[in-house]
Amino acid sequence: MSEANTSETAAVSIRHLSKSFDDVEVLRDVELEVKTGEVVTIIGSSGSGKSTLLRCINWLEKPDRGSIHIAGQRIGVHDDGRPMPVRELAKVRAQTGMVFQGFNLWPHLNVLHNVTEAPIHVQGKSKREAEELATALLEKVGMSQKHDSYPNTLSGGQKQRVAIARALAMQPAVMLFDEPTSALDPELVGEVLAVIKDLSAEGYTMVMVTHEMAFARAVSDQVVFLEKGLIIERADPETFFTTPKTDRVRKFLENHDTPSSA
Amino acid sequence: MSNWEILWDERAQFWSGFLSTLEIFGLSIVGAFVIGCGLLYLLEGSRKRLTMPLRIFIDGMRMLPFLILAYLLYYGLPSVGIRLDAWGAGVGALAVYHGCYFAEIFRGNRLTFPPGQIEAAQAHGFTKGKLFFRLLLPQIIMQTRPLLGNQLIYALKDTAFLVIITVGELTAAANSLSSTYFIPTEAFIVVIGFYWAISVTMEIIIKQCGRFSAKRGFDNV
Repeated sequence: MSEANTSETAAVSIRHLSKSFDDVEVLRDVELEVKTGEVVTIIGSSGSGKSTLLRCINWLEKPDRGSIHIAGQRIGVHDDGRPMPVRELAKVRAQTGMVFQGFNLWPHLNVLHNVTEAPIHVQGKSKREAEELATALLEKVGMSQKHDSYPNTLSGGQKQRVAIARALAMQPAVMLFDEPTSALDPELVGEVLAVIKDLSAEGYTMVMVTHEMAFARAVSDQVVFLEKGLIIERADPETFFTTPKTDRVRKFLENHDTPSSA
Repeated sequence: MSNWEILWDERAQFWSGFLSTLEIFGLSIVGAFVIGCGLLYLLEGSRKRLTMPLRIFIDGMRMLPFLILAYLLYYGLPSVGIRLDAWGAGVGALAVYHGCYFAEIFRGNRLTFPPGQIEAAQAHGFTKGKLFFRLLLPQIIMQTRPLLGNQLIYALKDTAFLVIITVGELTAAANSLSSTYFIPTEAFIVVIGFYWAISVTMEIIIKQCGRFSAKRGFDNV
């Protein structure tokens, strides 16, 4: 409980987080605090541990050490080290909404039911309530016309927008985006980024792993640079993109500033 | 009186055999389906110690001639104090035997199930049971539909074995008529017609169900 007090206002509070895969340390003593309403972008080259960090937040990866609190509630283990029972874990997980690189929609359900599935069957909302919420969210992501469509008939950009609505439907304390545009055709990236940008303007709390630098600069409140599992730089986007402190980040940004091979 | 006319006069026997086959078949495939789903659920389970015995059970059943299992339940079980009538032993044997085949079909499909979908469900707070019944099972059934249809035909044909443990089904009717009147050819041709009719009807139904999954992009019909 003592730790919960210090992180009362934080949507996500990560302390001393470490994680290894076999002998490789992918996260080393990571500390990160995401305030409510804040947008935090995690940047780094592939293999830097950024996806792992994001996936630890909702316990899709189990960290070896450290603690994570979502809206003041610890996830995964209790303070005394006991692993959290599945049901309890599921409850804390439902406080996060995750958007995946590969969309991961449920193909046997139509668009509307993808969005209402968890609110009805996890949160126990009534069908009517869930459908009203889903209708509003699908409108927000520009998918109102597609309620009855099945995922296999949608473009990548449309699938990802539905996936965003599905995650929002949990009314989570924080939205987690794991490279949401990396699997999209270049001409579809814009429609998804536009939706995420709207969400940031509406004050949603978000943690995002992305390779879209211009986008990160436009929407972030805080940018975090991860290198070999260590946060080597964190700053507001202006400072981060204009006057990086380390050579590593400078180099990284130079490589990413080269015009894309369109 | 021609042989066919004799059979026509005895049509009541065929009819009751047909109804009996339908009843045995219907009950046993419902049982098999439930057993198949149950085995899949247990294999899915967090109890890893269960996996090996379950796999051995499933494979053991699949490698057993059906007739032996029917014999075992009907003639063997009484020696351990469990006495089933022929009908119960027959339905039970069919359900368990084909349940294991169903489980194996489901399990094969489960291996190719995209892990991302399961992660998405976990991230949305799904626990194991809901995840299984709401997301995994419906998709696995839709995807294995053609294989299940095939298995149903095997199950139907296996009902004919039950004549040997004295169940009065279609084949038993033909058998008895053929030996009463010495007209095996005609009698057996008639039951072939019945089996074909059931199979064709089933095929049509399974095919119609395919539209349901085709709409979701699971297969092409």
